[in-house]
Amino acid sequence: MPNQDNALDRRDLIKKGLHGLALLVTGGVSGFLAERSQANSYHWQIDPSKCIACGNCATYCVLEESAVKCVNTYAMCGYCNLCTAFFEPAPKSLNTGAENQLCPTGAILRTFIEEPYYEYKIDESLCIACGKCVKGCKEFGNGSLYLQVRHDRCVNCNQCAIAVACPTQALTRVHRDQPYLLKGMDNKA
Amino acid sequence: MTEFASVLQRVALIASDIQRFPPPDFESDYTMPLPATPAPRAPWLGGVDVIVLFAALSVGVYLVHKKRSRLSVFLLMVFSLIYFGFYRLGCVCAIGSIQNVSLAIANPSYAIPLTVVAFFLLPLVFTLFFGRVFCAGVCPLGAMQDLMLIKPISIPVWLQQALGLLAYLYLGAAVLFAAMGSAFIICEYDPFVAFFRLNGNPNIIILGVSLLIIGLFVGRPYCRFLCPYGVILHHFSRLSHWRVTITPQDCHQCQICEEACPFGAILPPTGEQNGQHWAPDKKRLIPALILTPILIAFCGWVFSMAGSSFSKMDYTVHLAERIVLEDTGQADGTTDASKAFRDSGQPGETLIQDAQNIMDRYVMAGWILGAFFGLVLSGKMIRLCLPDRRDDYEADRGDCLACARCFSYCPQELKRRRISRTAPVTAGSEAAVES
Repeated sequence: MPNQDNALDRRDLIKKGLHGLALLVTGGVSGFLAERSQANSYHWQIDPSKCIACGNCATYCVLEESAVKCVNTYAMCGYCNLCTAFFEPAPKSLNTGAENQLCPTGAILRTFIEEPYYEYKIDESLCIACGKCVKGCKEFGNGSLYLQVRHDRCVNCNQCAIAVACPTQALTRVHRDQPYLLKGMDNKA
Repeated sequence: MTEFASVLQRVALIASDIQRFPPPDFESDYTMPLPATPAPRAPWLGGVDVIVLFAALSVGVYLVHKKRSRLSVFLLMVFSLIYFGFYRLGCVCAIGSIQNVSLAIANPSYAIPLTVVAFFLLPLVFTLFFGRVFCAGVCPLGAMQDLMLIKPISIPVWLQQALGLLAYLYLGAAVLFAAMGSAFIICEYDPFVAFFRLNGNPNIIILGVSLLIIGLFVGRPYCRFLCPYGVILHHFSRLSHWRVTITPQDCHQCQICEEACPFGAILPPTGEQNGQHWAPDKKRLIPALILTPILIAFCGWVFSMAGSSFSKMDYTVHLAERIVLEDTGQADGTTDASKAFRDSGQPGETLIQDAQNIMDRYVMAGWILGAFFGLVLSGKMIRLCLPDRRDDYEADRGDCLACARCFSYCPQELKRRRISRTAPVTAGSEAAVES
């Protein structure tokens, strides 16, 4: 059956042609992507100017313990005795008693420096990124406390689950050489 | 450009932050600490991921094409599940890389990381030469489902084909939303990644568990009916240079392999029909060809109608809608997003105008997505009218996931293994294998 053989040859030829075409397309796409690509990777970070400390960071991260933690830019901190990030509104007394603290996990360490100043340091192992202190500091203090993705914890998902849930699109992709958006700082690594 | 904008924002921010309490002048020798900035994962580890991917693909090719051993493919699959799944927590993955590629093509300011490019391209190139070895032993999502497959049932061809169309829709939608910069839906609705992380959105976990339960009986439901990357691999695999061969020698047409395949990917011989079956079925082909432009236009129209609903995936559109609802009194109170927007003092008109522009672009994108889907539908129809010729039982090049299950079911293959394992085969044992 010569007819059939012809048909077979033709099919084979078409298939080979398409195979070559697919290779070409893949090559073209790789060339295009290579031009647009860079070795530098993207990482998720919170833009503190957009963050409203809604608390989503605490619950939406794919990690059981959120990769977001609170950060203090000490240069902006007032070292207040009555810190509105540390104390409940109208605290019974200005000491580290649990009933006075705003932080649900007691993650802020209050250390006396000199009269009348106190240092406030975040214990990252306890911080759950609920943003209560951030709100307190922003509304009544200097706004030196804010939330940041900690890159030693973040697994850098292709689509950050917190970014999806963020009401103000405060989570953006930043470059590896500038992985933090710290307040009042030159953020170049 | 965006960097410049973010610098501007930060300058504005520092100005807007009210220094209610001036930073103290310490008299003691206290020095202010700097906030710790732990570095991200070292970039060379991304290179390790690519090397592992390449090695796993190469080993997969050897196991499927040379060693022809299901057990080895199974072990490779378990390794990939542990490495790419539980160790790397499902990121970066080839399936999700489609979105990064779409975004990179649509938006020149997005520089796609090289690791992601490698994860997108390597499986494609391997598939173009060796078939879907990636699906067989390297993809952690496939491995997850394959491990659950306990009692496979075969589903009717029409249902398999119809469900297969879902993957095209998913692919189209994923490319669309990623290119528009609105969402990465493949990642957002990844049903199995929550298992790798042992944590996740409850709705997605329910979806994942349901898929795994279905997967007890229907082989790899996500891979066959939803996976957007699988669509691309399907077509690349059909053009592959070397195909997965079921039998090492002549096929005896015993049909055992067809029964053994849990994915309905092995097709029976077409049989001779006096050479007739080489001619396309003109009675059906001509209407199908005529219907093609109609189908494309119709689907395009339907999807463009749905374009404004798609646009709700976009943040700006979603927010603008909420603002309008609140302004017109149709919604009570505020959401976090709308409150933050109002507090920012930006004009509502600009937002609504932006949202309107995005919606218009979505209507346009709906036309494109619909036309693509119409093309897929008519392509399937035309394919049905074209002749197929198989003299033996063969794995469908596109559907075959190269899982290597069928090999050990083939009597010819068993014979080959026995020959390679022991000394000359006696006539008796050969007959026993053949019977």
